[in-house]
Amino acid sequence: MSKLRLLFTKEAQASYISHLDLLRTFQRVFPRSGLEIRHSQGYHPHPILSIVLPLPVGQSSCCELLDFEVTQETDGQGVAQRLNEGLPAGIRVLACYPAVRPVRELAALQAEVTLEYDSGVPAGALPELSALLRQEELLVEKRTKHKELATVNIAPMLCDCRIEEGEGEVRLFVTVQAQNPGLNPQLLSQAIERYAPRLSPDFTRVRRCEVLDGTGRPFR
Amino acid sequence: MDKRLERILPRVQKPARYVGGEYNAVIKNKAEVDTRIAFCFPDTYEIGMSNLGMRILYGVMNRMEGVWCERVFAPWGDMEEEMRRTGMPLFALESGDPVGEFDIIAFSVGYEMAFPGILNLLDLSGVPIRTADRTGLTPLVIAGGTAMYNPEPMADFIDVVSLGEGEYVTEELIELHRKARREGWSRRAFLTQAAQIPGLYVPSLYEVDYHEDGTVKAITPKEGAPAQVTKRIVPDLDESYFPVKTIVPSTEIVQDRVMLELFRGCIRGCRFCQAGYVYRPVRNRSSELCARYCVDACDDSGYQEVTLSSLSTSDYPPLTGLCDALEPFCAQRHVNLSLPSLRADNFSMELMQRLAKGRKSGLTFAPEAGTQRLRDVINKNVTQEELLRSCHTAFAGGYNAVKLYFMLGLPTETDEDVLAIADLAARVMHEWREAAPNKNRGVRITVSTSWFVPKPYTAFQWVGQISKEEYERRVALLRDAIKTKTVTYNWHDSETSVIEAVLARGDRKLCKVLETVWRKGARLDAWEEYFSYDRWQEAFAECGVDPSFYANRQRPADEIFPWETISCGVTKAYLRREYEKAAAGVTTPDCRTLCGGCGANRLTGGACRV
Repeated sequence: MSKLRLLFTKEAQASYISHLDLLRTFQRVFPRSGLEIRHSQGYHPHPILSIVLPLPVGQSSCCELLDFEVTQETDGQGVAQRLNEGLPAGIRVLACYPAVRPVRELAALQAEVTLEYDSGVPAGALPELSALLRQEELLVEKRTKHKELATVNIAPMLCDCRIEEGEGEVRLFVTVQAQNPGLNPQLLSQAIERYAPRLSPDFTRVRRCEVLDGTGRPFR
Repeated sequence: MDKRLERILPRVQKPARYVGGEYNAVIKNKAEVDTRIAFCFPDTYEIGMSNLGMRILYGVMNRMEGVWCERVFAPWGDMEEEMRRTGMPLFALESGDPVGEFDIIAFSVGYEMAFPGILNLLDLSGVPIRTADRTGLTPLVIAGGTAMYNPEPMADFIDVVSLGEGEYVTEELIELHRKARREGWSRRAFLTQAAQIPGLYVPSLYEVDYHEDGTVKAITPKEGAPAQVTKRIVPDLDESYFPVKTIVPSTEIVQDRVMLELFRGCIRGCRFCQAGYVYRPVRNRSSELCARYCVDACDDSGYQEVTLSSLSTSDYPPLTGLCDALEPFCAQRHVNLSLPSLRADNFSMELMQRLAKGRKSGLTFAPEAGTQRLRDVINKNVTQEELLRSCHTAFAGGYNAVKLYFMLGLPTETDEDVLAIADLAARVMHEWREAAPNKNRGVRITVSTSWFVPKPYTAFQWVGQISKEEYERRVALLRDAIKTKTVTYNWHDSETSVIEAVLARGDRKLCKVLETVWRKGARLDAWEEYFSYDRWQEAFAECGVDPSFYANRQRPADEIFPWETISCGVTKAYLRREYEKAAAGVTTPDCRTLCGGCGANRLTGGACRV
């Protein structure tokens, strides 16, 4: 038996695959690669695999992690290549290796948030945005697990932010807290709409770029 | 990805349905393609991707050189709204290109309620909905599928109808269209030539005259079109294409498993069943080949569930042998076999033990009618004893749920027949008491009734559907007769059955109704969320069409049916004999016991190998 971890991308069309559908997709691709996923014991055995920090639908990422157990003894060599033959467009396994580090050591994630402005970036947007994102309090409304709306201050979960202007867009390179609690970078757009309505973008795109441990190094 | 699409997707439910990119989706180099086909299913992705026919033809077309077949499904209401709001035309999943730019737009039509959806998809593509308003060679609008055996209500909208199994005729049609484009034929010239290919019906080449009472007087072919078009079949299933390597959706669909087709056709001849007649003759796929396809399909897709599919799976002669042969593979790979369409008369302990181990949830039987008399009328040759014995076997084997399907409104049905359904359910309950090893688990018996819809190409094609009031009275009668709490009664009160009855045996006068009802907003009318009976009633009234003329009228023996230009192989004379035997309560043995001479054997040019 081996515990393995996959590093994979989820982008383009695949960004729209939901968490549960992604699990199903992986469940199907493993038998094709000759790996036998370990199943739970009991009356309705189910395969043991979990996605580390499920990516919200619609966002893309080049650093997704999936943990799973196989019945064979293997260090994961050659697995990435075999899996890639059978995955949907937009999902690509970059590496497969023994899962050593515990998931709780994953502390932060880096994301690129692109704010699109169809009629050009409003004048003075950059200084206003960088002041806004340094505020001590950024309240947004968020659905809780019980489907109720709750107001949350996201400012403490925003660790770092760099801003760049491009053609008709503003790019935020943010580092946010990953778990307990984690921040969905999409919510930054909601904060902008709330505090600086004139800077509300026409569309917001989020791309997860890296997952980090407590020391700021990539978590693998 | 298209920018408009990217912006729409976060606003709609289940966006994964609209992006393609699934494993095994076919992507071709446009520079090497001269024929682009948009293969449309007029229902949602989840339904369309569950259709085996669609998967077969997708494979058949894409293995042709220079042909790229892509999939198109109906957008759900929220998606359509967004598309119309942003002016985004209907697009194909593989390339994202607009459907209106394709050479051929093909529809797979399994159900009459999909008709308005076809008009909607054409409109979303920016293609004129009427064949008369399309002037060029492209896009050519074709359609096939079970609901196209009577394409007359859609005659104004479809250029070419492909009848029967599409494996061979689709290729022939594509080649002819390719030639026509290469040589610059007119649209008219192409359609005239297409009509010469066996199995292709070109509605615009037929003129229909009506009597004053609205019935058909004569159907006259024009420009050399044949007087009758006979459906096409694959004579030998072992020779035909099977999609071993097929698309694995990245989102959950209805039939999310390997669909292994064991045979086509059905030996039974239930007199109400259109599929049982139009899919004749019976052709079995060899058990060795089935086993190989099953293993290969699981290997490629990674699915762990396989449906052994057919119209009546327990009638497949080597079924137990096939299950046994697959046993080691299934055990090793955690693959479950599921068997739909079980018959109560040949359900056995042997078979049951081969079903999904561990999961003994429920079994479904369809006695269709409550009394032996009525089961004889419809030729559902299952006796009460057989049904009870099967239930006994199931209960003894640990099953604790049985679903029983019936139809209300079958020809000659009396109140006694209706009440007998309640009695039968009570007897099934009694069997459970006798047989269940562990009564603490309880039992669930579900009785479901649907409303009988007479269909063309069946022994009941002459019969009128009972009125809505009468149907509702019979439902109430049965509801009151079911007293046990362990028996749950579900009835289909959907008014779609009325509309289905109108469209199923409709003629070209309904084209106007379909266009009207679509303009009034009919789209995904197979879905209760979208179906509106009032909208259909308004459309009938506006077009001066009386729906009861189609649905409820008893048709005389000598009436010319609107669909008579089309033959599914089974002769009208045979169906009339079956109709008369039904009236006399005389049964017909299955094809394996005795050939009834239905005429379908002419399609293979010899005796059927049942």
